[in-house]
Amino acid sequence: MNLSPRIFIITVLMICLGAVPLIADGIDEPFYTVLFSRMLILSIGAVSLNLILGFGGMVSFGHAVYLGIGSYVVGIGTFHAVEDGVDWMANGFIHMAIAVAVSALAGLIIGAISLRTRGVYFIMITLAFAQMFYFVAVGNEKYGGDDGLSLYMRSDFAGLIDLSIDNSLYYLNFAFLLLSLYLCHRLTNSRFGMTLRGTKSNEQRMESIGFPVFRYRLVAFVIAGAICGLAGVLSANQTDFVSPAVMHWTRSGDLIIMVVLGGLGTLFGPVIGAVAFLLLEEFLSGITEYWQLFFGPMLVLVVIFARGGIDGMLVGLDRWWQNYFLKKKAEEN
Amino acid sequence: MNWILLLEQTLNGFQFGILLFLLAAGLTLIFGIMDLINLAHGSLYMMGAYFAATFTEWTDSFLLGALLALPACMLFGVILERIALKTLYTRSHLDQVLATFGLILFFNEFVRLIWGPIGLDIPLPELLSGSVELFFGIRYPAFRLVIIAVGILVAFLLYLLVSKTRIGMLIRAGASNRQMVSALGVNINLLYTIVFGLGAALAGLAGMMAAPIMTVEIGMGEGILIITFVVIVIGGVGSIKGAFVAALIVGFIDTVGRSFLPDILGLFVSNDVADTAAPAISSMLIYILMALILAIKPQGLFPPKGT
Repeated sequence: MNLSPRIFIITVLMICLGAVPLIADGIDEPFYTVLFSRMLILSIGAVSLNLILGFGGMVSFGHAVYLGIGSYVVGIGTFHAVEDGVDWMANGFIHMAIAVAVSALAGLIIGAISLRTRGVYFIMITLAFAQMFYFVAVGNEKYGGDDGLSLYMRSDFAGLIDLSIDNSLYYLNFAFLLLSLYLCHRLTNSRFGMTLRGTKSNEQRMESIGFPVFRYRLVAFVIAGAICGLAGVLSANQTDFVSPAVMHWTRSGDLIIMVVLGGLGTLFGPVIGAVAFLLLEEFLSGITEYWQLFFGPMLVLVVIFARGGIDGMLVGLDRWWQNYFLKKKAEEN
Repeated sequence: MNWILLLEQTLNGFQFGILLFLLAAGLTLIFGIMDLINLAHGSLYMMGAYFAATFTEWTDSFLLGALLALPACMLFGVILERIALKTLYTRSHLDQVLATFGLILFFNEFVRLIWGPIGLDIPLPELLSGSVELFFGIRYPAFRLVIIAVGILVAFLLYLLVSKTRIGMLIRAGASNRQMVSALGVNINLLYTIVFGLGAALAGLAGMMAAPIMTVEIGMGEGILIITFVVIVIGGVGSIKGAFVAALIVGFIDTVGRSFLPDILGLFVSNDVADTAAPAISSMLIYILMALILAIKPQGLFPPKGT
């Protein structure tokens, strides 16, 4: 049994991600820990989006809403903890619980309305709802409005883990990424996941077999929202800052790009996509101030020519590798 | 209740609705006929404003500038369609969203490169910069009246074009059954290009008319694009009539809601609460409206026939 190059590359990527703080400390560039920390958080968001976009076929253009909800839970919590001395509001466990609950509720409401529609309507409606939440945050003067809210402390995990150390936060992010990947793996291979994938390929057929398609989709929508809300909590702690920009509609677009760039409907695709996206951004913006001038057309080209994303290319590599070995074996015989 | 303010805001809402209609008409046609979801429609609006700003500077006249910018926008749209969007018609909506999202990034950066990061102001001609007396001594800015007039004129011309001419007949046929139209020997690619050019010109027109009352800046098309989506969803994708009705409703509710919601809320809760809650709630109004309409009619108010 030969190790396939795809599995090899993905394993190396995950190990490298796990080792980033050690390497960054080793070469004395703690900046990289922060950069890769952002990748991990956005990976979690992308993994959750992939659950509905890749496996469920629902093109949600408002997924950054949950990043915003999670971020604002931390922002508002620590704001009251610092300003009014309400200690429990700084507790990280409570932040996470509330973020998951509120995101799930928001997902339930948005999903219940928008899943009544199909295709392009669905895209526009999820986008419109995201914009609505964005404007609510902009209009909310008490918590900074348009300017946002600086965090004077990070979520407090009662001495269990100290988030003010960047490396601890990194490993918390990493742990949650692994957790969300595990969850996604279990979910998509369960009966529920199979049904969801079935609704993607043929909705009418699933409906006539007797599956309540709407309910399955809604549950997936809510789960994806809840996971992404958690990513929002981590994101606020990472940036020490919360503003409506977290849920700007372009952020939702970025999440979709990560999922598609990495590989739609694959387990590790979103992680690969998030890493590639941020590395590309880092690299291009280092070359020119006008980096989006190149990034935009690149996106168009990826859409037109590289259909399976990076993971699709790895699958192609696997095939080539297999053929190569078969040929070699045939020659030996 | 302040009646003069209400009248003024009603007119403002009407004017905003007209701008929305110009954008929505093109977008809904492009979607209805080519099945293309075009996020870059907001960029066409932005380009319209920038073209108008440049041509106004060259010719020293807003009118001449606008007249030059209109064909420029149409040409720009046609080139965009031929180069980039043509290949997307047969693709999934997800691919279209991604590719046109990439185009937005490109155009924003392109504008920043050419015109610089600072917003531009277009000076209005003397004739239009004042205000006119409507009746009972109520004055209203002349330019906003011009926007309303131009918008109604365009809506009327569009109605004539779509329902009375051969091209319009093909457009309607294309919206209800594309394969059949091409099977009957109509050059569907040419039709697509014409429709896209028309949509681009309408979006550009909206942009250049909005330019003097709002600042011309990068990303100006994005906020209004999302409201345009709301309009299309409410009106029914592919329906120009739906776009017109929904645009006026959305424009009215958004504008009037913003200025009167604090007062209306103040009737029910204390003024302090009303003042803090009103900005957030008023920006939610159109989305709530959309959710309500979708709950009753998932296809919008005027769903296209034959689907």
